[in-house]
Amino acid sequence: MPYPADRKYTKDHEWIRIAGDTGEVGITDYAQQQLGDVVYVELPEVGRNVSAGESFGSIESVKAVSELFAPMSGEVVAVNDHLKGHPEVVNSDPHGTWMIKVRLAQPNDSGALLDSSQYQSHVG
Amino acid sequence: MTETIASDLKKTPLHARHCASNARMVPFGGWEMPVEYSGITAEHMAVRTRAGLFDVSHMGEIEIAGKDALGAVQRISSNDASRLQVGQAHYSALTTFDGTFVDDMLVYRMAPNHFMLVVNASNIAKDYAWIAGQIKEVGEAAAVDSSSRYALLAIQGPAAFDVLQPLCTTELADIKYYWFTHGEVANARALVSRTGYTGEDGFEIFVPPNMADRVWQAILESGRSADVIPCGLGARDTLRLEAAMRLYGNDIDETTTPLEADLGWIVGWKKESFIGHERLREQKEKGITRKLVGFEMIDRGIARHGYQVMRDDRPIGVVTSGTQTPFLKKAIGMAYVPVELTGPGSEIAIDVRGRIARATVVPLPFYKRKV
Repeated sequence: MPYPADRKYTKDHEWIRIAGDTGEVGITDYAQQQLGDVVYVELPEVGRNVSAGESFGSIESVKAVSELFAPMSGEVVAVNDHLKGHPEVVNSDPHGTWMIKVRLAQPNDSGALLDSSQYQSHVG
Repeated sequence: MTETIASDLKKTPLHARHCASNARMVPFGGWEMPVEYSGITAEHMAVRTRAGLFDVSHMGEIEIAGKDALGAVQRISSNDASRLQVGQAHYSALTTFDGTFVDDMLVYRMAPNHFMLVVNASNIAKDYAWIAGQIKEVGEAAAVDSSSRYALLAIQGPAAFDVLQPLCTTELADIKYYWFTHGEVANARALVSRTGYTGEDGFEIFVPPNMADRVWQAILESGRSADVIPCGLGARDTLRLEAAMRLYGNDIDETTTPLEADLGWIVGWKKESFIGHERLREQKEKGITRKLVGFEMIDRGIARHGYQVMRDDRPIGVVTSGTQTPFLKKAIGMAYVPVELTGPGSEIAIDVRGRIARATVVPLPFYKRKV
């Protein structure tokens, strides 16, 4: 699965797609492959402030649990409630499934993140 | 999420086949093994509803033979091997002098004076050294680590019988649960055993390593119309947990006894003696203080290996296995808890990464197949 060029990536395998001052955050196809079948996604409350690199939730597969890390700082303005009942969409459509929307403190400050080709080389 | 590529990992005779089939390979007990092919859930469901094929060649085989082989096995093993007929197998503990587990194993009686112990991959060297040392004083019996002489395949699930029978020279219907026979499978010399680690009907097939790929391919071909698929260690773990089969290193180890693990039935109480029997008899007489139980989560979350069972902010027990099971679709697990909390319906509290989640004690196994 190609990594879309319309977003940025972390080395921890999250993506963020920025539109205006808001960013949608999800995990990459590589991450879902590593996790295997996802059974729970634990997400924060709307209104919580997250800092770049901070854990904002966790994702559990049959095998293991992994933390989810915020790519950029800001306030959580929406969480994807659909994932409560249908966590498996993270496996079937990882790049089309956002987990949280964040109102970014500094929308133009994504320079430290990877673009799609850099991320592609990162996961090799 | 780091990839480990270690050149010193051992490989089964089917390693190339797994890689060619795009299985996800992981290090396990010193071996590079397939953890999943098509996904744990799909593989788990295949075994519960059709059949799945596993490569478990990493398991160890230790054979004990000689005039006093029975006496040797009786000394090291908790179960009563004198009750085994030739062609029969049973589950047992390889015990320490404290009555705890050096390992758990299946004991096969190959001939009156010849036994084969099937042991865990990561324990082969430890078990062999222990056994060789402990049977010296028994008389005429020798132990041999014959692990490299066998590849081991497991076909498990309700369709296993129909998929395997056409490839066999022997009548599988004649093999009862926990019995075995010798014959040919896909023209390979084989020991076929009606055993498994999934809670389903099925067979484990010991073949010479150079025949493993042929037998593997033949079973998949025979099972094509029944949609039999290859399965990895991930599904093996979720299947065995639903069936409440203990996993060495998780649920049992050198600090736990068969009584604490609620496996009193593998202790041959009528035997005069075996390693650790005094401690086990004492424990039986005085009663145990903790026991392994099954639980289902009440609150959201999965309690995993190592999470603590809490009471009044203090740890009082530990989760040994836990997962979200694909078939029962519940978060289940096993834990050691104080005896007063072992009754079905007891509520326990588990520290799930800093959050207290409630669970209910339930009878084991979680899943039992309809016969």
